[in-house]
Amino acid sequence: MNRRQKRRWEEIFFKTVMRGSLLLIAVVLGLIVVSITWKGIGALNWQMLTQAPQGGFYMGKEGGILNAITGSLLLAVGATALALVSALPVVFYLHAYAGRSRWVSGVRLALDVLWGIPSIVYGAFGFTLMLLVGLRASLLGGIIALTLVELPILARTMDEVLRMVPSDLKEATRALGTTRLELTGILLRQTIPGLVTAVLLAFGRGIGDAASVLFTAGYTDNMPQSLLRPVASLPLAVFFQLNTPFPEVQERAYASALVLMMLVLVISLLSRLSLKLLGKYVVR
Amino acid sequence: MQETYKPTSVLDSFVTVGRSSRRSVPWRWRQWKDVFADHSVRLITTAVSLLALVMGIALLIRAWPILSSRPLGELLFSSTWQPVKGYFGFWPFIMSSILVTLLAMLLAVPCATFSAIYLAEYNHSTRAFFKPVIDMLASIPSVVYGLWGVLFVVPFVRDVAGKWIGETLGAVLPFLANDNPTGYGLLAGGIVLAIMVFPIIVSVTEEVLRSVPQNMREASLALGATHWETTKFVVLRHALPGVIAANVLGFSRAFGETLAVMMVVGNVVQVPHSLFDAAYPLPALIANNYGEMMSIPMYDAALMGAALVLLAVVLVFNVGAQLVLSRLTGRQ
Repeated sequence: MNRRQKRRWEEIFFKTVMRGSLLLIAVVLGLIVVSITWKGIGALNWQMLTQAPQGGFYMGKEGGILNAITGSLLLAVGATALALVSALPVVFYLHAYAGRSRWVSGVRLALDVLWGIPSIVYGAFGFTLMLLVGLRASLLGGIIALTLVELPILARTMDEVLRMVPSDLKEATRALGTTRLELTGILLRQTIPGLVTAVLLAFGRGIGDAASVLFTAGYTDNMPQSLLRPVASLPLAVFFQLNTPFPEVQERAYASALVLMMLVLVISLLSRLSLKLLGKYVVR
Repeated sequence: MQETYKPTSVLDSFVTVGRSSRRSVPWRWRQWKDVFADHSVRLITTAVSLLALVMGIALLIRAWPILSSRPLGELLFSSTWQPVKGYFGFWPFIMSSILVTLLAMLLAVPCATFSAIYLAEYNHSTRAFFKPVIDMLASIPSVVYGLWGVLFVVPFVRDVAGKWIGETLGAVLPFLANDNPTGYGLLAGGIVLAIMVFPIIVSVTEEVLRSVPQNMREASLALGATHWETTKFVVLRHALPGVIAANVLGFSRAFGETLAVMMVVGNVVQVPHSLFDAAYPLPALIANNYGEMMSIPMYDAALMGAALVLLAVVLVFNVGAQLVLSRLTGRQ
């Protein structure tokens, strides 16, 4: 084999390897989605979605996972709202107030690092905070821990969205004599689709996160009642149901996982659509 | 556009007086609001930026009882874990975490790097299909990965990989010996974790590769190099620090992953010696034992210490990787 052929074969070989690895990952994703759906759809029924666990639920008797579904939604909605309230000022700072100071890159670094911190550490920290104020495992505690998990995701994603705004727009706005606070209003208006995407992304992450709510929100078979009572969540429902020795209950874990996965995939789909659907409200 | 100025609050006129030496036009309510927003926004941003530090300090305070009562070397390197008798050696957990993460990286890195190269360098039209696929992989909750691991990966390891490798190579190489009939162990954890870190490695590597200037590729192609040679000698060489940083980010993400790993890794307190041995990583230690931690003395301090170790490792890796990335891609 001469040199030219060797180079050609090398090219073909690596191209095949690359295509193969992409294919492998697509197959794995397909396998995960299809197998969870396949396993879950059999156990899924109306009762699962509309009832809280009755007595003997964990031995395969009556009941459903409505407590976990509502609990997860409450946790994620609360956490996303709190995270949004604290992430917006950070983003405003980065884009309207800070100018070109060196702090900007410091803040971005801090957010990136926070994003990488495992959620179990947020859970442990949230638990420490709760001990400090004398709070027991509760909806409120779970919301606080989840807020910390979502905050960097939300802030950093919104930051990337606002960076897409052309600087002309900012300069023109300021040249008309607006204050920086009024500039943030213009920026928000211009980036609504992207911001909705960011919020949905954080929401999806919040619904699926289990490690942070494990100590802070606890688990209960009752429907969520008050901010200060423990609350169930879907990921933990899957986990606990799978850990029982009864096959009927394990079937329910598959169904719960299917519900969770569908929720998350629908949210991620919505976040993609929002760019298209809301795009008409933006000046281009 | 002259407006007649009416003070709307006491503070407003205060601000006017304070700044009057520099401005002849009196301040209006909206300008005062702007200044107020400026200060509050700065305050909140500072608080958020210091969050990691605050978390570190809080965990350190909670872990202090155990850190101050035993030598650090014994805590980190002793293998005796008997909380009831007061022995807290983190070595099995630390080794389990490191081994399962390294195994995951070993499986994920080649595949992820090749995928990222293909998406960034070769075929830009496949990107439209694979970007959503990768985003979907990233958005699937970890408990679903764990469940999938229990359903598919564990039986695969038990019935196929474990039997086959254990009987052939395992007889010769001790780290491939298989004396764990359950399938729950290092290999299952590594496979599940590899799939979970794949998306982050691909997306960061791809971003890094895209930041390589186009004219470098063109120069190399013009000299007659093939596409792969250009990638290998020009693009990858230029982007190497960033590719390494992407993998470090993946490593630190995998290091802290809790639920999925915990569901398939076996959770036996031991230093794993073989690919098929059960392991017990640090996050699983925290998640499994939070229930009892208030009833045994020092147990809560030990678990918070475990969280502190996790936080420290992740912080060091993340800061390093982010600094390299920000310099390379100029995104900050």
